[in-house]
Amino acid sequence: MRFSIYRYNPDTDSKPYMQDYTLDIEPEGNMLLDAILLIKAQDETLSVRYSCREGVCGSDGMNINGRNGLACVTPLSELKQPITLRPLSGLPVIRDLVVDMSQFLEHYRSVKPYLINHDEPGQDVERLQSPEDRAKLDGLYECILCACCTTACPSFWWNPDKFVGPAGLLQAYRFIADSRDQALNERLDDLEDPYRLFRCHSIMNCVDVCPKGLNPTQAIGKIKSLLVKRTI
Amino acid sequence: MVSRVPSGDRYGIKDWLVQRLTAVVMAVYTLFMTGYLLWQPVSNFAGWQELFHSLPVRLFSLIFLLSLFLHAWLGMRDIFMDYVHATLIRLGLYALVILALVAYAAWAVRILWGPA
Ligand code: SF4
Ligand code: SF4
Ligand code: FES
Repeated sequence: MRFSIYRYNPDTDSKPYMQDYTLDIEPEGNMLLDAILLIKAQDETLSVRYSCREGVCGSDGMNINGRNGLACVTPLSELKQPITLRPLSGLPVIRDLVVDMSQFLEHYRSVKPYLINHDEPGQDVERLQSPEDRAKLDGLYECILCACCTTACPSFWWNPDKFVGPAGLLQAYRFIADSRDQALNERLDDLEDPYRLFRCHSIMNCVDVCPKGLNPTQAIGKIKSLLVKRTI
Repeated sequence: MVSRVPSGDRYGIKDWLVQRLTAVVMAVYTLFMTGYLLWQPVSNFAGWQELFHSLPVRLFSLIFLLSLFLHAWLGMRDIFMDYVHATLIRLGLYALVILALVAYAAWAVRILWGPA
């Protein structure tokens, strides 16, 4: 199979270039990451980040034939050749397919992705949640922070320093929706901002690429309807 | 390194709502006008004059135009926020758009209520 892979080593290369590889591999039953690791066995200078190899850790998000996805859960058989691999766009490249996620994680951190609850926890007592309330977190908690969505979002490309991005906003809503959280209004205050939230123009690239099948646009819509409820 | 940027102004939902409401007004006006003109085609200047002589039509037209200008302002501001990152240039562009839209609004009133 033929591959064309983005190469860039800031220490030695003046600018990025695409390198072609050919690999003898059976597409059926193999994932893209398997192929990348075999290529890396041939050319150990190729850098890629991965860990779980089963779509759980979110390490190997990359742009595959123009579309963001996780290499480890993308079947080789579904890809047109030459398979073109680039790093996620909109984040600085550290080397080859590895990007610097700091900005992305900074936005995640900014939405306070943890329960805020001022009640004194009783000793040996959990904060209980009904099955119905727990169900409200489905489609939100599964996010693995792979950044495929945020780096596919044009609004993030234009304002990466200010727009929280789909992943951050999905997680913001995950805590807004949690019956155990007590900071609803502070969270809404923090999000009601022309840049932090309202750069989203419902382009829905995020929904299109999410490898976990999540829907950040819908979560963003729910944040907006809460803001509407609060204001009218 | 993540740069420290000032962000966190507390507005946006009203603009977002106004953008949607003005869109609805424009849609209703367009449907109304198209429907009316299909129902009762106007073929000459006298016909147009008669149509716009009616106060409800003038008012509705004015509301439509004001919605259009407000919608245009919010849309243009969004575009500038997306693409124009130099603060002073953005401010200048905002000012230009506001001036133009206010002028259009005055002009619209003059057209609708001015001497025929
Ligand atoms: S929402 Fe989906 S695409 Fe975005 S970071 Fe989470 S898992 Fe990845
Ligand atoms: S729906 Fe919003 S967050 Fe998702 S890609 Fe579009 S602009 Fe970005
Ligand atoms: S290696 Fe963990 S998600 Fe792909």
